[in-house]
Amino acid sequence: MNQLKRKITDMKNTVIEFTDFSFTYRTQQEPTLRGINLSIRQGEKVLIVGPSGCGKSTLAHCINGLVPFYYPGESKGSLRIAGQTPGERSIAALSQAVGTVLQDPDGQFVGLTVGEDIAFVLENGAVSPAEMNERVTAAADAVGIGELLLASPQELSGGQKQKTMLAGVLAGNVDILLFDEPLASLDPYTGTKTIELIHRLQQETGKTVIIIEHRLEEVLHRAVDRIIVMNDGAIVADLPPAELLSSRLLGEAGLREPLYLTALRYAGVTVTPEMRPEHLELLQMEGTAGPLQRWMDGRGKQQESAAAEPLLELKEISFGYDEKAEVLHRLSLTVNRGEMLAIAGRNGAGKSTVSKLICGFYKPASGSIWLNGRDISRDSIRERAERIGFVMQNPNHMISKTLLYDEVAFGLKLRGVPEERIRERVYNVLKICGLHEFREWPVSVLSYGQKKRVTIASILVLEPEIIILDEPTAGQDYRHYNEMMEFLQGLGSRGITVIMITHDMHLMLEYAQRTVVLADGKKLADDRPERILTDRSIVEKANLRETSLYTLALKAGLRKPEELVRTFIAYDRGVRRG
Amino acid sequence: MRARMLTFTRQDSPVHSLSGAAKLICFIVWSLSAMITYDTRCLIVMLLVSLAVFRISKVKFADYAFVLYFILIFFLLNHLAIFLFSPLEGTQVYGTRHDLFHLGGRYTVTAEQVFYQFNIALKYAVVIPMALLFLLATDPSEFAASLNRIGVNYKIAYSVSLALRYIPDIQRDYENISFSAQARGIDLSRREKLSQRLKNIVSILLPLILSSIERIEKISTAMELRGFGSGRKRTWYTGRPFSLSDYIAMGLLLSLAAATLIVTFYDGSRFYSIF
Repeated sequence: MNQLKRKITDMKNTVIEFTDFSFTYRTQQEPTLRGINLSIRQGEKVLIVGPSGCGKSTLAHCINGLVPFYYPGESKGSLRIAGQTPGERSIAALSQAVGTVLQDPDGQFVGLTVGEDIAFVLENGAVSPAEMNERVTAAADAVGIGELLLASPQELSGGQKQKTMLAGVLAGNVDILLFDEPLASLDPYTGTKTIELIHRLQQETGKTVIIIEHRLEEVLHRAVDRIIVMNDGAIVADLPPAELLSSRLLGEAGLREPLYLTALRYAGVTVTPEMRPEHLELLQMEGTAGPLQRWMDGRGKQQESAAAEPLLELKEISFGYDEKAEVLHRLSLTVNRGEMLAIAGRNGAGKSTVSKLICGFYKPASGSIWLNGRDISRDSIRERAERIGFVMQNPNHMISKTLLYDEVAFGLKLRGVPEERIRERVYNVLKICGLHEFREWPVSVLSYGQKKRVTIASILVLEPEIIILDEPTAGQDYRHYNEMMEFLQGLGSRGITVIMITHDMHLMLEYAQRTVVLADGKKLADDRPERILTDRSIVEKANLRETSLYTLALKAGLRKPEELVRTFIAYDRGVRRG
Repeated sequence: MRARMLTFTRQDSPVHSLSGAAKLICFIVWSLSAMITYDTRCLIVMLLVSLAVFRISKVKFADYAFVLYFILIFFLLNHLAIFLFSPLEGTQVYGTRHDLFHLGGRYTVTAEQVFYQFNIALKYAVVIPMALLFLLATDPSEFAASLNRIGVNYKIAYSVSLALRYIPDIQRDYENISFSAQARGIDLSRREKLSQRLKNIVSILLPLILSSIERIEKISTAMELRGFGSGRKRTWYTGRPFSLSDYIAMGLLLSLAAATLIVTFYDGSRFYSIF
């Protein structure tokens, strides 16, 4: 009887309900969502994960009304949101119930000040100026940016931008908060803070929170009620975190579980829900320290890398975009031949500026840049490009031809290389990049990750000694991340030096041989990544996060805790390559 | 070098602190009266006023120098064209003829023509600084609010303001794209032949257009999700009610315009003649 009662109240409080729901975009043949059954109750906090193309974004679009109003298509089954059928309403009507925080806050600032941006939803609802002021102030205070109402977006840090977006949604008094990859453009530390903020707001207001994200470990920094795993347009798991993490479902869907759990499994520990695997702080460690220590000792010591031969040297570089603010201050930096180097640091620390100076896009105010023992400070952009290739973060900023072959051949054509030689070199590069089968295709039909590889190919074909990549894996899921990085590592073994600008900690830890951390235009650290990510003072200053492997090692009381990180990385790479 | 042209910078000046709607109304009244009158006396007074206002506004020359040069070129072309197509326009307008010297064919320089073109130059000099000032000293979103206030549909008003607002972003995109293009060997400098250079510029434009479309797509979904375009009316967070200084500014402008019209039409013709 009691149970029946509970079931009825549950049904009453269901705010989102998909029943046998399928959806096909008008431009596509195959359904993107199929047979979705999902109900989310008032006040729940739900995480939706899945690889790229699994349909998780489409699911989000169904909830906020972009499907079918902005992206038309055909749906089957039923969907009810806050007691209404969205297909019969409008995006605007739905925005009264569902507030969406999209990824990349940079591209969606509508207002010229923080206050104005927060007010946007109220302006559109024709709320009176007096009430609007009150609600904007309240929303800004709730996320802790009350003093920034007059600031312009350029003055904000990534975290503050994210908070503005969140306040903009809160101002609308919606019941459901939907976060579409909220961590995508944030550094690890800011990401953690965002997760904490979302959690606190949910606790205080009792709103329903839905987070779509593939950075599972970071979202789990604060408890969620359920995790929904999607793959290939369908829901493959709908479980509480402890149960999901004890199963193998994540791996089967091509997702990455938290690293500390993988380490436990490698050490032969069976993960069970009773161990509280959903958070490292809650994790029951009984009987795990022994296997971990034995596993680590059994793998032997990892060798140090070979002797270094300097290839590129920055000597005492200073630079500022205008006279008032110096971005880099007497920075010295050495890149060795054939190594993979990561440059990290919080937003605005000067990471991208360093790469632009190396390529000659800007000239340093003082200091010099040396390549192969020769001062290249006076070389033009084009002369440097013969030796140093630069791949921008957004592939759409680089692609200027409609056909893949033409795009990759472009640089060689401009250099007047004869046609047969071009063909040979382009085909060679396309093979290396795994793009050979697409050589006759237009670029526009390729996926984001493939486009990224096209841009890398178009640089590689020029046979540079050094290739600099700005956030090479941004916006890619685990499988694509893996492919991309294994590919870049392959370049390393061909003798090409790779410099990556990134704040992706996994990337640093797993692939970089060395990490240089910049802070306030100076070099803060220059060391092996596992040492950097286990050093609390550096981690803090660079907005990084201590790797959970190290926290696990400390918690288990292992001898030489840093060693666990290195052992894990080496072993894990072996496993992933099969 | 950070290219920043015609973008709004926040500054503390009497001009900046006027509300957007007041500035727009002043600007329209100003331009209309400058367009109507050919009265040299009025134009000279207006020119002095505009220079004074410019002085008060504290706008830096570097912020608009490039655009000013650009306008100057068109200004000269325009004057050349007037003379080429209608060398005796001044004589017709003023009804007298004082030849200064003969150039050949139908081209004779008359004192009337010189005076006529001098008046046109004055009109430019009166309107252009105000137009620049309006752009430089008006917050784009306030501009949108003010357009809406004088009766323009808010969707149109907003698209104007967004366009203004995204100028710096698109400039930054252009800079990045052209850097990476140069690194691949695309030469945009004068060393390249003109035909090749044009081709090279086209190959930069494609990524620029694509990334701008990406931007537009992103912002328009974000706006829709926040309820933009749902109602017939909307309110404005930045739309300030008129303050005393707004009324004073508009009052001054309207009386100036009235005075101009009275002086201009007092003798029954738009054209003030010294002949």
